[in-house]
Amino acid sequence: MKDQLNYMAQNVTDGKMTRREFMGKAAALGVSAAVASSMFADAAKAASPVKGGVLKMGVQGGESTNSQDPALWASDVPIAGGRNWGETLVEVGPDGSLEGLVAESWEGSSDAKTWRFKIRQGIEFSNGKSVTAEDVMRTMERHTNEDSQSGALGIVKGIESMRADGDVFELTLGVGNADMPYLIGDYHLVIQPDGGFGNPTEAVSTGAYTLETDEPGVRMTFKRNPNYWGGDAVAHYDGVEVITLNDATARTAALQSGQVDIINRVEPKIAQLLDRAPNLAVRNVSGRGHYVFIMHVDTAPFDVNELRLALKYAVNREEMVEKILRGYGGVGNDMPINAAYPLFDESIPQRAHDMAKAKEHYEKSGHDGSPIILRTADGAFPGAVDAAALFQQSAQAAGIPLEIKREPNDGYWSEVWNKQPFCCSYWGGRPVQDQMYSTAYLSTADWNDTRWKVAAFDEMLLSARAELDEAKRKATYSQMGTMIRDEGGLILPMFNDFIDAVSNSVQGYEPDPNGPVMNWYASKKTWKA
Amino acid sequence: MHPIVKLVAQRLALGALLLLAASALIFGLTEALPGDAAQAILGQAATTESLANLREEMGLDRPALTRYFEWLGGIMTGDMGLALTNKLDIATSIQSRMANTLFLAFWAALISVPLAILLGLIAVRYQNRWPDKMISGVTLASISLPEFMIAYILIFFFAVKLFWAPSFANISPSMDLLDKLHAIALPVAVLVMVVLAHMMRMTRAAILNVMQSAYIETAELKGLSGFQVIARHAFPNAIAPIVNVVMINMAYLVVGVVVVEVVFAYPGMGQYLVDAVVKRDVPVVLACGVIFAAVYILLNIFADVVSILTNPRLRHPK
Repeated sequence: MKDQLNYMAQNVTDGKMTRREFMGKAAALGVSAAVASSMFADAAKAASPVKGGVLKMGVQGGESTNSQDPALWASDVPIAGGRNWGETLVEVGPDGSLEGLVAESWEGSSDAKTWRFKIRQGIEFSNGKSVTAEDVMRTMERHTNEDSQSGALGIVKGIESMRADGDVFELTLGVGNADMPYLIGDYHLVIQPDGGFGNPTEAVSTGAYTLETDEPGVRMTFKRNPNYWGGDAVAHYDGVEVITLNDATARTAALQSGQVDIINRVEPKIAQLLDRAPNLAVRNVSGRGHYVFIMHVDTAPFDVNELRLALKYAVNREEMVEKILRGYGGVGNDMPINAAYPLFDESIPQRAHDMAKAKEHYEKSGHDGSPIILRTADGAFPGAVDAAALFQQSAQAAGIPLEIKREPNDGYWSEVWNKQPFCCSYWGGRPVQDQMYSTAYLSTADWNDTRWKVAAFDEMLLSARAELDEAKRKATYSQMGTMIRDEGGLILPMFNDFIDAVSNSVQGYEPDPNGPVMNWYASKKTWKA
Repeated sequence: MHPIVKLVAQRLALGALLLLAASALIFGLTEALPGDAAQAILGQAATTESLANLREEMGLDRPALTRYFEWLGGIMTGDMGLALTNKLDIATSIQSRMANTLFLAFWAALISVPLAILLGLIAVRYQNRWPDKMISGVTLASISLPEFMIAYILIFFFAVKLFWAPSFANISPSMDLLDKLHAIALPVAVLVMVVLAHMMRMTRAAILNVMQSAYIETAELKGLSGFQVIARHAFPNAIAPIVNVVMINMAYLVVGVVVVEVVFAYPGMGQYLVDAVVKRDVPVVLACGVIFAAVYILLNIFADVVSILTNPRLRHPK
């Protein structure tokens, strides 16, 4: 009943239900008129944003080694904190559309090689300096710089030349890319004064809040930026706290005891239980992130496609979604793309668990029966060790001698992933298909963790990239997806949801498939009733 | 020179040598771990290019020995250097973390040590009767549970159900003492429960051992009450082993509480050290390691000195 009342209250808040409807339905649920009436009032009040209060977020993924330099952000806490003070040129909205932040508008040339971003006029950095196209250019320079350690290097290294032309920042790509505005919204590419060349860690940008205190691995506090250009429609809190809570139980306890208002990474196994607790709700959204078993297609025995297919048919995807994700996710189709991406082709058939086919392909592969070793670790993805065990069981049932080697978490990403021919891993997903494929499936990609080096595939990727006709792009992407699905080294059993839990005092919360906690825009877009 | 002063001086000099050896060992072991800071920072996002850039910037491209002696030269002059990962001054970061660790350890010790000794005395007084059995039972049960389990149980009842204490120890320098104590109530309770049994059992065993002596019988025969015998005659002679086990537990409270720090998100040294190890931030690991080693060595020297001072035979060696 609680769920239903909450749902109805949400409808009132969203303006989808009138008072009469609400009272009637509440009465049908056995709620007294007085209670229903006050619930309606609360819900209706919640509809309009209220200023004030402090939003406290308990976030997994922080270390005492974290830095405020956007180039080095790689885990959730620095990203969550950085969203408060830092802004990129554009942001990708929950529906996949682009909204301008530092850039007011943008346009590309017909070959998608030259892109012009018009900088929003009259906006200031939190240190009082006006934002110029020059600052934007310097920011991109810092991230593309040869000495760069930026996580966005792969995105911006395709830029051949840049210039600041009045209030316009113009960049020219070596190869046309119709998705460039999406890529430039990458969370690393926070616009900083002089591009952050002076002091990249000073936390000065145009964000809705400014950094007040920073204790790496412990907490960051922010206060509202009085000069924020976004006006009254956003940034409702007086202050924001991002608290590092790496322990899952500590996180849920902090939310239940009211010490924090939002937490990320609710463990699937407790999500349903937690949702029953009063005064909070579990909010999940299917994203583009996925858990994978990756094979190097150039290394024996995985260089035989029949064996790869055998393993792909041997995975029981439904079982994994049910047991590893507890239903908080969807089945994968051995390609890194799902319906959360623009231009996804729904007509590609879903691969199912098929023992007969697994056996048939295994026999055709001519494998000598020596053990096939799958490396896994707790840290590869949540539940990776269990997922590997499930995979082992279903593979052995098909006569495939799959064996598990458990590796330590420590050093997994430097010693196992991208080094060993068969291991568990995860991908966070990317806003557009081109970026996902370019990051991990292009022959020259640094993170080509399946060693997928196919000239025909590269050609399709590059032609789709510069293609402005959406129907043609979609057709090419469909072909590419099918190719990876049927020949690639990727076994992708499941796409994982982002699972957050949010206190009922937080209003305006809309899950965003681009990332957890409203793609970390919660402090900007929500308010407390 | 008084023999005790001489002994302390000798021990301190030996301790300094030990610290040097410890630092070399820590450096060697950290180097031996797979990967380095550059790989650890970039993680899954590492590319050959960005790795090389980062290594050069951190100076990781230079030989290990050079780096070790540079660090040693720095620390001799009191300069712990900058963290590889976030370029923050290590001394400043450690200062606040060490203060937090000592704050937590201090309150846990202040409660647990007197409590353990008192319970030990009571257990001896009522040996093999119900108070003894109850004290031993409860403390042994609490030491047998893993500390995170005790922490979760306390959080569930006192934070989530009763709202008496916060579920995580969110302390900051701007809070006043009472707020801070409220914030650390649960972690202190967990630590007390974890260290109590060891000290209590040792007190009990040491005193019972002394109680077998002939002079205790004499004390009883001259009509002293049970508690007087224990407190005046047995306890002073049992101080040496008790101090030793108390010091071991003190050292644990300072250097070994990382699990409690994680569960309560407490910003102490343990969490700092673990993060640094994971990221292969060698200067931070070294700084923490040396401080921890120093704590152990100093507490041990203290325990030795107290043992000698309380034992006339050792105090006046022939």
